[in-house]
Amino acid sequence: MAEQEVLNKEEERKPQAKMVPVFIMGQKYEVPEGSTILNAIEYAGYQLKKGVGCREGFCGACATVYRLPGDYKLRGGLACQTVVQPGMYLAQLPFTPAQKAIYDIDEVKPDITTFQKFYPEAFRCLGCNACSKVCPQELKVMDYIQAIMRGDLELAADLSFDCIMCGLCTMRCPAEMAQYNIALLARRLYGKYMMPKPEFLYKRIEDIEQGKFDKEFEEIMSLSPDELKKRYAERDINFKIT
Amino acid sequence: MTVKIPYYPGCTLKATAKNFEDTARLVAGVFDYELDDLYRWNCCGAVYGLSEDNVMHKVAPVRNLLRVKEVGEKRVLTLCSMCFNTLKRANYYVRKNKDKLEVINAIMYLENTTYDGSVEVIHLLELLRDEIGFDKVKKAVKKPLSGITVASYYGCLLLRPNEIAIDNMEQPTVMEDLMEALGASVIDLNVKTECCGAYQTVPRKDLVADRTNLIVEEARKAGADLIITSCPLCHFNLDRRQKEAKERHPDFHPMPILYFTQLMALAFGFEEEKLGFKPHYVDPRPLLKERGLL
Repeated sequence: MAEQEVLNKEEERKPQAKMVPVFIMGQKYEVPEGSTILNAIEYAGYQLKKGVGCREGFCGACATVYRLPGDYKLRGGLACQTVVQPGMYLAQLPFTPAQKAIYDIDEVKPDITTFQKFYPEAFRCLGCNACSKVCPQELKVMDYIQAIMRGDLELAADLSFDCIMCGLCTMRCPAEMAQYNIALLARRLYGKYMMPKPEFLYKRIEDIEQGKFDKEFEEIMSLSPDELKKRYAERDINFKIT
Repeated sequence: MTVKIPYYPGCTLKATAKNFEDTARLVAGVFDYELDDLYRWNCCGAVYGLSEDNVMHKVAPVRNLLRVKEVGEKRVLTLCSMCFNTLKRANYYVRKNKDKLEVINAIMYLENTTYDGSVEVIHLLELLRDEIGFDKVKKAVKKPLSGITVASYYGCLLLRPNEIAIDNMEQPTVMEDLMEALGASVIDLNVKTECCGAYQTVPRKDLVADRTNLIVEEARKAGADLIITSCPLCHFNLDRRQKEAKERHPDFHPMPILYFTQLMALAFGFEEEKLGFKPHYVDPRPLLKERGLL
């Protein structure tokens, strides 16, 4: 009976989740089904110091590449957002080496010449679209580089707006450019020189600096918590910004 | 009724050759055509790749042709001679090499459709000659260009190789015929299909300056007042390199270089501000004023 008890205890210790096999840098591991790649790597015993960040899909630190069984495509994604599949081959990228130009934003012009100077490699784009294929944000990466190549910084800023700078495009580019740094320059130029100015904001800042709201602010600060709650409940939420 | 014609601009037409695009739109409008920019486009490939098995360099032009097909269109208009040449040759290549087309389509797997070689690439000069007709052009003239003599410079990209040529590759006349329809005198430029020096303009300004000197001087000897072209690169070399040509050849005299659409817009009566003469290195306005055209 003692032998049976030991066996029973071992049965209890077995994980309850269904396990799936994955290959992490060539080594086979069984990891819980439904894990993200990040969790799977840590479950397998790796401690990640680079190639991991917010764990919420926003910071772009955990770029990862993988292949699925029976599929030739090298896929990319964020390790914290991609769920493992049986037989997946994967590796975590710690960092993307990328050229990054140093410039004074006050001294560069919002046109094509700035890119010719700081990122001449952008003009080597072949139009292969390898960048867009791997982008975890599903951006039209090639299209924003193409927009920059013809000086359309507004389109480039718009198309690249959701970039989280994970670096996967840069790792796959046959023209060897760092798309995400090039797009960052485009957005900075667009923001500084081309975007419509929020005139109402400047006016409001001026009003505040001239003390137009000081009295109301002092009044609010003097209120008790109960009075504040009452005011909050009664506030006009359909006001118009003027 | 206005005919919307799918238009592939190319990078130069949105930058240094904006005056070419602007005047082309005016000219097309006279005949009720509207140049309709493709909703999405990339580099034409800029210089057709001569390596037959390097399909990567053909992906960019073919992707643009796919964009045309994607919106249900059968043809695409170009203005820039380089874009015309690269797109039409890539089209010719994939029509002849179905296996290579398969490879290119496989590379473009993110696209919603595949390319099949069905799109026709046409140049504005072809539209004017074959669809609108020079008789109609003649009728639209409000200010005949009598008083100026025009040399037409074709360069290589509209004519070579023969498979994509818009005219006789040795003796083209489409631009001369067009200029005659506008009322201008024309000369037969003996070097009209010779090389302008192309991208040698970057590492070898001297070489291109000598080409410019030759082409401009031949035009002058034949009695021309100005030269027209349809290629932004030829335009850049023939116009901007006149500075270096003058430095290297003291007897050199500057000559205005125009896009054919600028002269058309002038003949159709559009005002001076719309003709885009400001970016020119050699200002054509003094000559045109002298001849009573401005």
